[in-house]
Amino acid sequence: MQRKIELILNGHAVSVEAEATDSLLDVLRGPLGVSGARFGCGMAQCGSCAVLVDGEEKAACAMEVGAVAGKAVMTSEGLGTPERPHPLQAAFLELQAGQCGYCLSGILVGAKALLDRNADPNRAEIAQALDWHLCRCGVHNRILEAVALAARRMREGAPA
Amino acid sequence: MIPAMLAANPRLDRWVSFEPDGRVRIAFGRMEYGQGIATALAQIAADELDAPFASLRVVPAATGDIPDEGLTVGSMSIEFSGPAIRAACAEVRALFTAAAAGRLGCDAAELDIRDGAFLKGGQPTGLDYWSLAGEVDLARAPTGDAPLKTPDRLRVVGRNEPRLDLPAKLFGEAFLHDLSLPGLRHARVLRQPSPQARLVSLDEAAVRRAVGDVDILIDHAFVALICATEAEAARAHAAAERAARWDGVRDMDPTLSEPAALKTLPYEDFAAGAPSPGPSNRRRITATYTKPFLSHGSLGPSAGLAQFQDGKLTIWTHNQGVYPMRALAARITGLEPQAIEVIHGQGPGCYGHNGADDPPIDAALIAIRRPGAPIRVQWRREDEFGFAPVGTAMLMELTAELDASDRLVDYTAEIWNTPHTGARGTAVAESALPGYVTPPKPAQRLMPDGSRFSGGLLNATPSYDIAATRTLEHVIETPIRSSSLRSLGGAANTFAAESFIDELAEAVGQDPLAYRLAMLSDPRGRAVLTRLAAMCGWADRGAAATGRGLGLAYDRHRGRGAIVACAAQVEVDTEVRLKRLWCACDGGLIINPDGAKNQLEGGMIMAASWTLKEQVKLGGAGVASVTWDDYPILRFSEIPPVEIELLNTRDTRALGLGEVSQGPVMAAIGNAVAHALGARIRDLPMTREKIVQALLTG
Repeated sequence: MQRKIELILNGHAVSVEAEATDSLLDVLRGPLGVSGARFGCGMAQCGSCAVLVDGEEKAACAMEVGAVAGKAVMTSEGLGTPERPHPLQAAFLELQAGQCGYCLSGILVGAKALLDRNADPNRAEIAQALDWHLCRCGVHNRILEAVALAARRMREGAPA
Repeated sequence: MIPAMLAANPRLDRWVSFEPDGRVRIAFGRMEYGQGIATALAQIAADELDAPFASLRVVPAATGDIPDEGLTVGSMSIEFSGPAIRAACAEVRALFTAAAAGRLGCDAAELDIRDGAFLKGGQPTGLDYWSLAGEVDLARAPTGDAPLKTPDRLRVVGRNEPRLDLPAKLFGEAFLHDLSLPGLRHARVLRQPSPQARLVSLDEAAVRRAVGDVDILIDHAFVALICATEAEAARAHAAAERAARWDGVRDMDPTLSEPAALKTLPYEDFAAGAPSPGPSNRRRITATYTKPFLSHGSLGPSAGLAQFQDGKLTIWTHNQGVYPMRALAARITGLEPQAIEVIHGQGPGCYGHNGADDPPIDAALIAIRRPGAPIRVQWRREDEFGFAPVGTAMLMELTAELDASDRLVDYTAEIWNTPHTGARGTAVAESALPGYVTPPKPAQRLMPDGSRFSGGLLNATPSYDIAATRTLEHVIETPIRSSSLRSLGGAANTFAAESFIDELAEAVGQDPLAYRLAMLSDPRGRAVLTRLAAMCGWADRGAAATGRGLGLAYDRHRGRGAIVACAAQVEVDTEVRLKRLWCACDGGLIINPDGAKNQLEGGMIMAASWTLKEQVKLGGAGVASVTWDDYPILRFSEIPPVEIELLNTRDTRALGLGEVSQGPVMAAIGNAVAHALGARIRDLPMTREKIVQALLTG
């Protein structure tokens, strides 16, 4: 049974016709037309589809779209743009923290959730926060360093 | 001499041309999938042309638009495509310089190029590539006479240019998976549980109860569910799985998951090397090592699109080569290659022959039966783990003979494995089609010197001064779809050989580093190994069997490629914890040092994960490990700091680095674990059970 679901997507009010039980990921990538959250496993095991729901990190593949009605959903597109990158995106580019990049948009929003609650995380805390995110190319060290670099820049006043 | 890839694609304008908007169009036949190849090849081109790096536009890969360089495999893009693009640019540079000299009425030797503009005596001439483009015909073959820049004049090569492909991956839309086409239909294939399975029946009414608007395509055992949205296709597919009855489903024996089972399967033998010439009183030492079947484990399950219109098939793929995809699609569909266009898009890292070839073929088979609308097929996680080819299991029995002075003088590697490139040029959908016959065994591949090529023999003989060596390879009829995985047999062979060298050193009471240096005369190799020893603090290694270990290993990839030494520091109790990893590498001329380090480190982390965690489990009708819970890989909290140094970076020749660090790091970890435990683990992965077993058996 299709119904109209309203939510805040990356800061903008949107509404979409969907079954309430459809996966949030399918609705984001389909009718809502944002591709930052990626399909990786469909079982909340890899982090590729991570989004923020009211600031909390969630696996969009394992969440029904009906559950985000009236809530704020953020994908990596909500972080920044090539012209105005978020300090996380700027740091990932500066340290070239990526290879294939499939894991990166999930990791970016996971890192944002971490920095929102801990402005100065150490390496172990960053690793713990990102631990459910898989990266197959082996770029973990650069990613850990990029998150720490972004945190430092934000503490120094870089606009997020 | 004209590089092979340029000779095969001789028209210069296929590689380089100058566009009216002031850009240089560069094309090559290698696929970018995050390894940074587009950036590195563009650096080579910019340098040889003396054109601004920012003026280069790398042509998106598509049949017809780019040179045909086959597959992007084997760490060979820099080694083979690099010289081709470089030579093509040198030819173009020479042609334009001659044209400029003609216009200016001077000798070509009086001209220089800076930022794409011709200078005479250091002064601008008003001429540049673009102003001369109209009078230089690049639709011609290379002469082979154009001079190449000497390494001391390279300026863009050797620089850390940021990757061209990375920004898109940080701001959302980047992948083939994100491609949306007007009128797109989403499809899933109801896969045969195993290749011989026959469809007995499908309760179509049950599928339609799940999704009202579903187009059910049945052709023999090829069944597809075609819907308006991905969510509907997923629901229809799930319903069809419950509503289908198959017979002839294979029952996979779970014990075939273990490499030891390779010896029980039919095989073909290939021997190389002379029998041992030495006296029989030498000391003989043998040991057996194994690695299990491994998954590529691409983070994104593969996807593909196809559209069939007016007799023309268009395929969108993130596979390893657009021309091989066209050949595969032509063979399976029966269409002429000229009727097929293949367009490449970025995909998740593949690390070899993963599932990437399959969804585009699924989509093409559907599109031909449902002409008009573009068809998108997105594999599930279970499909990628369950139906993509796996990297073969291997078993390596090594025998060494030591002379009276404990020197290694005779080395035999006996290897059991399935073909490393066995599933190349095949698609999983084929066996479901009417009239399918098992394809004949592919023809023997030969090396340039005429010897037989086998992925199982890469690095089978370690890179030391050993008087006599031989290999005996048993190539097994594989029980499961297997194909190339990063380095083929190279990594497992180096794991075995370099673990074995440590065991020999221990047997004769020598330090593993000193034992290696004593049989390594190559000065480049000695430099790498010596540097690594300094980096990891080898001199302070400490005693064995303390729970803390330091190990190292060395390899020259394929005996002629990059020279790599790795070290690992570990702590072991009920599990292995990586504390630090080091790598020293002589990869010859380095195009992009940061990119080189990224590749080396990525290879180390992936191989560390293979070493400690990974094993494909067979069972059911094929692969039983179909989720990340069944197939764990190394996680952020388990990643050690990694230190990498590049040596000899201005050498004349560049060597591939994508698959050279795996084997050395695997053996370094194995040697560190043996040092920590005082007992050796010879079977991967090094899980809790293997640690206990090693301690019990000593």
